[in-house]
Amino acid sequence: MALLEVTDLKTYFRTDDGVVRAVDGVSFSVDKGQTLGIVGESGSGKSVTCLTIMGLNPKRTAMSSGTAMWKGEDLLTATPKRLREIRGSEIAMIFQDPMTSLNPVHKIGAQLAEAMRLHEDVSKKTARARALELLKAVGIPRAERRLDDYPHQFSGGMRQRVMIAMSLINNPDLLIADEPTTALDVTTQAQILTLIEKLQEEFGSAVIMITHDLGVVAEIADDVVVMYAAEVAEKGGVEQIFKKPHHPYTWGLMGSLPRLDADVERLVQIQGQPPSMLRPPTGCRFHPRCPYVMPICKEVDPALAPVSDDPGHLQSCHLDEETKNREAAKLLAGMMAEAS
Amino acid sequence: MWAFVLFIAVTIVTYVIFYAIPANPARLACGQRATAECIKRAAHYLGTDRPLYVQYGKFFGRLMPVAGLGPNNFSPHFKTPNLGRSFTNRLTVNSVVLNAAPVTASLVFGGAVFWMLIALPVGILSALRPRSLLDRIAMVFVLVGISAHPVWIGLLLAYFLGFKAGVFPITGYCDFINPSGNCGGPVQWAYHLVLPWATFAFLFAALYVRMIRANVMEALGEDYVRTARAKGAPEWLVMRSHVLRNALLPVVTMLGMDIGIALGGAIFTESVFGLPGLGKTAIQAIENFDLPTTQGVVVFATLCIILLTLVVDLLYAWIDPRIRLT
Repeated sequence: MALLEVTDLKTYFRTDDGVVRAVDGVSFSVDKGQTLGIVGESGSGKSVTCLTIMGLNPKRTAMSSGTAMWKGEDLLTATPKRLREIRGSEIAMIFQDPMTSLNPVHKIGAQLAEAMRLHEDVSKKTARARALELLKAVGIPRAERRLDDYPHQFSGGMRQRVMIAMSLINNPDLLIADEPTTALDVTTQAQILTLIEKLQEEFGSAVIMITHDLGVVAEIADDVVVMYAAEVAEKGGVEQIFKKPHHPYTWGLMGSLPRLDADVERLVQIQGQPPSMLRPPTGCRFHPRCPYVMPICKEVDPALAPVSDDPGHLQSCHLDEETKNREAAKLLAGMMAEAS
Repeated sequence: MWAFVLFIAVTIVTYVIFYAIPANPARLACGQRATAECIKRAAHYLGTDRPLYVQYGKFFGRLMPVAGLGPNNFSPHFKTPNLGRSFTNRLTVNSVVLNAAPVTASLVFGGAVFWMLIALPVGILSALRPRSLLDRIAMVFVLVGISAHPVWIGLLLAYFLGFKAGVFPITGYCDFINPSGNCGGPVQWAYHLVLPWATFAFLFAALYVRMIRANVMEALGEDYVRTARAKGAPEWLVMRSHVLRNALLPVVTMLGMDIGIALGGAIFTESVFGLPGLGKTAIQAIENFDLPTTQGVVVFATLCIILLTLVVDLLYAWIDPRIRLT
């Protein structure tokens, strides 16, 4: 049984302008100790998916349906009390911006200890010792002294380490990392990713890595979900997605990775803007931006279907497989040629 | 340092304004049938026959806590700052101010407690339930509170609660510590001040409801509040430790400054309810062209505002680690 099994998850927000479909029928699962990468542009619904699982959406405006089975228990219908027990102890989350995710008026040590004492009946002293242990584990120099520092006395990378330490303090079974490296500079990004991988091995947690960076996914994910406009565009193992991408949106994402290529002066970009989820496009939601658009794409929303020779690899595109295989091969050949 | 400059500026302005007013305190001192001789004597006695800068210099010299720093003699010693004597009744201004100050202090600090008691729960609740019935009623109250003049509110309260219903006394002040006759002690003190407090607190309560509501709503949207929820913190803990702690930081600053401003605003409330406080003293002094008393009140109020600002700065450094002095 999968650790977390999300089926047909939908989250809509009521706004003054109408109902925004932030997540519209997303399914995926995470196994024990595995890493799932969720990729997509800003506003594709990646973060909201995870916030819904955690029950952290604003209650007054958000409506959700579907199921999110956590060890056989549906998180969407769980009581607030039960959700609080799970949050922070079984499922922990790291956020995008470490600069604003820590409370500026409390000491680091107190914030870490609070995370532990919320779930375990331990003394302040024990919690503090555990906090220190975690700060050392995430590589904070002179951790003993830094326990009594405030967040503003840390750099961005160090604060993200603190966030990671805080999320791991109760040995969670699942760690959700919502773009943990986006707000950091490149060298720090690499350090944080390596750290998450290392700690994942050490603690045995499963990880959901939300990112818009395919490079990050290629590096650490076992499975990949590509999201576009609140829906899953393509889903499969990391090998399948990267060796044989089947959706024009995935090709676009791959094509827009920066390369060391003298001939290309600008990054190849996906034309147009992500659609407004107030009024999503008819048919396939990617059709207004798709270079391979066909008449059927404007009418019928393609279902998520397995690739013929590979049942674990799902995609939603009307293009015939022959064209897809050809285009994917072309794209990869181009990338390989540049790489060599 | 800046406080000192500000202090000097304020006192000089008071002097200059008095100098510009076409009134002669010496003439007033001599009464209706003033002779030229009397006026001259009185003017000399009051010191108003001297040039403005000499008057100010003497005032300033009296006020300084250190004396004996003249060019010819050098024997520095400490003395009690002296505000001079009133033009009209020759009482020392020190005693006038010190008698009036507790009344105003009772009004202002009691009023501050009053308005915070209203503003905190209302502000927080309307932030938690925006657009709810409570929130909308609170917004109407805020609008009225900001628009209405304290004199008007004071008169309404005095009329309905004091005169018609007879629940609270309309005028008078009872000393907190020294009972005189049947009037005195904490209970009577508070009982007589209920209406002034309510009047006084209304405007500020309105402002603070708005401010607290905005701050709490902003804090609720902060990332660290989401972090706290993601840790599994129960809602009351999220509110207390993460939302309110941050949302009320600016309120503390505002409170300090507003108590200073409120010392000035107390004039209206004191007039309506006949409280013998600083505001009423100042008005009487101005009506009688009594420069030393007016100046005394100004000096005292300025000092209070400066001190309060200083206290707030220090307090802020203590509660907000980001600006802690190293």
